[in-house]
Amino acid sequence: MSETVIHLVTIFGVLAALLTLAAGLIWAERRLLALWQERLGPNRVGPMGLLQPLADIIKIFLKEDWVPPLADKPVFVIAPAVVIVAALMSFAVVPFAPGIEIADMNIGLLFFLAMSSMAVYGVALGGWSSNNKYSLLGSMRAVGQMVSYEVFMGLALMGVVVQAGSFSLRDIVEAQDGLWFCVPQFVGFAVFVIAGLAETRRIPFDLPEADNELVAGYHTEYSGMKFAMFFMGEYVGITLISALIVALFFGGWKGPLLPPLVWFILKTLAFIGLFILVRAAMPRPRYDQLTALGWKLMLPLALANLVVTGAVVLAWER
Amino acid sequence: MLSLVQGVWRVFLHLFRRRATVQYPEERRRLPARWRGRIILSRDPDGRERCVACYLCAVACPVGCIALQAAEDEDGRRRPEFFRINFSRCIFCGFCEDACPTYAIQLTPDYEMSEYERPNMVYEKEDLLIAGEGKYHGYNFYRVAGLAVKGKDKGEAENERPPVDVRSLMP
Repeated sequence: MSETVIHLVTIFGVLAALLTLAAGLIWAERRLLALWQERLGPNRVGPMGLLQPLADIIKIFLKEDWVPPLADKPVFVIAPAVVIVAALMSFAVVPFAPGIEIADMNIGLLFFLAMSSMAVYGVALGGWSSNNKYSLLGSMRAVGQMVSYEVFMGLALMGVVVQAGSFSLRDIVEAQDGLWFCVPQFVGFAVFVIAGLAETRRIPFDLPEADNELVAGYHTEYSGMKFAMFFMGEYVGITLISALIVALFFGGWKGPLLPPLVWFILKTLAFIGLFILVRAAMPRPRYDQLTALGWKLMLPLALANLVVTGAVVLAWER
Repeated sequence: MLSLVQGVWRVFLHLFRRRATVQYPEERRRLPARWRGRIILSRDPDGRERCVACYLCAVACPVGCIALQAAEDEDGRRRPEFFRINFSRCIFCGFCEDACPTYAIQLTPDYEMSEYERPNMVYEKEDLLIAGEGKYHGYNFYRVAGLAVKGKDKGEAENERPPVDVRSLMP
């Protein structure tokens, strides 16, 4: 009985925290981007502009929720939900701290990979059902991008799995007791960060959106709360990738002095900051360059990393 | 690859640079004296209107936003009966100021002219006329011009020689 209550509290706590964080990231991203461009960013609404997300939410609720007349209505409505649900579902397997976790699955990592592939459905269907050529181009790119990064994203993580000997994220964090995996698995880490950027469809790899060539890509036709769902999905995605980088490569909740949950949150926020910094600094490659990077550089790197890790682990056990 | 990381680091360092933002309502930029902003009509040192209603500004105006009607006082001075600038048309090019022979019309460093109603953008002479001399001090058109007005006959202006009697042969 009490275990069920604790579970429910964890689930709703994580959900509430994530949605708040996603809203807060709207402010954080605009503010940080501004700081890195020698501007100030939104600082008018509330102290330091902290109430800006609230103003944005009110505004977006008052917007007309429009469905294009020739759109495929059911799919058009479901697509944004798919994006945000897939992003939120992955958090089920993220271990925030010892005991604060929704589900300790023994296939946690595979579950995350499955869910991240699901998110592409939202983007692809959203763009297709809009019946708009820019949306369609955007979702075509999303699918093309998925084909090129999903493979090495999974392979990059296999090195970690080999070292930890488990797919469960909790076990992986526990296995980093002495040394964080970012050191022995540096190649895997680098490849995963790049794949994560592509996964969240953010600036260096925001080809499906590509504001300056495709209007807004797959969510051109979306407005109001449906657009907000895509937006939230993106921010939840950033949080997810950051949380996973922390759990897989940076020792999860481990750290001196501070309580485990605080360490996890601090590390995650640092990586979210890194993602925003990368957005402030990097140009967008062409889609063929992204595909070439994925297949010709990242995939061999991830494979070599896996082979070397496997060999070393085998030799160690001998 | 390294250059990408360098680029990211360089952008990060911008965190510690001076902000380019001017937080407008609290903080204002110091505008140059010759900033082309709100148009005013100035007065001469005696406190009379400088404008002599020559229409040159209205002719020079590329968007035709200046309208005026000339009138003449009983002392022989010309002045505008009305003077109207439609600031919803004005492009602040400053041609009117260039065209003005009496320094009457001047552009000032003031740009806070927003209105909620379009008709409020039309400024009449009462709105345009200021109490002072604007950017050019000490200039009085009738005092230096050779035009005869009441209280100042031909040849009595500053730096003006007495009129020549064209019928006389004497130097």
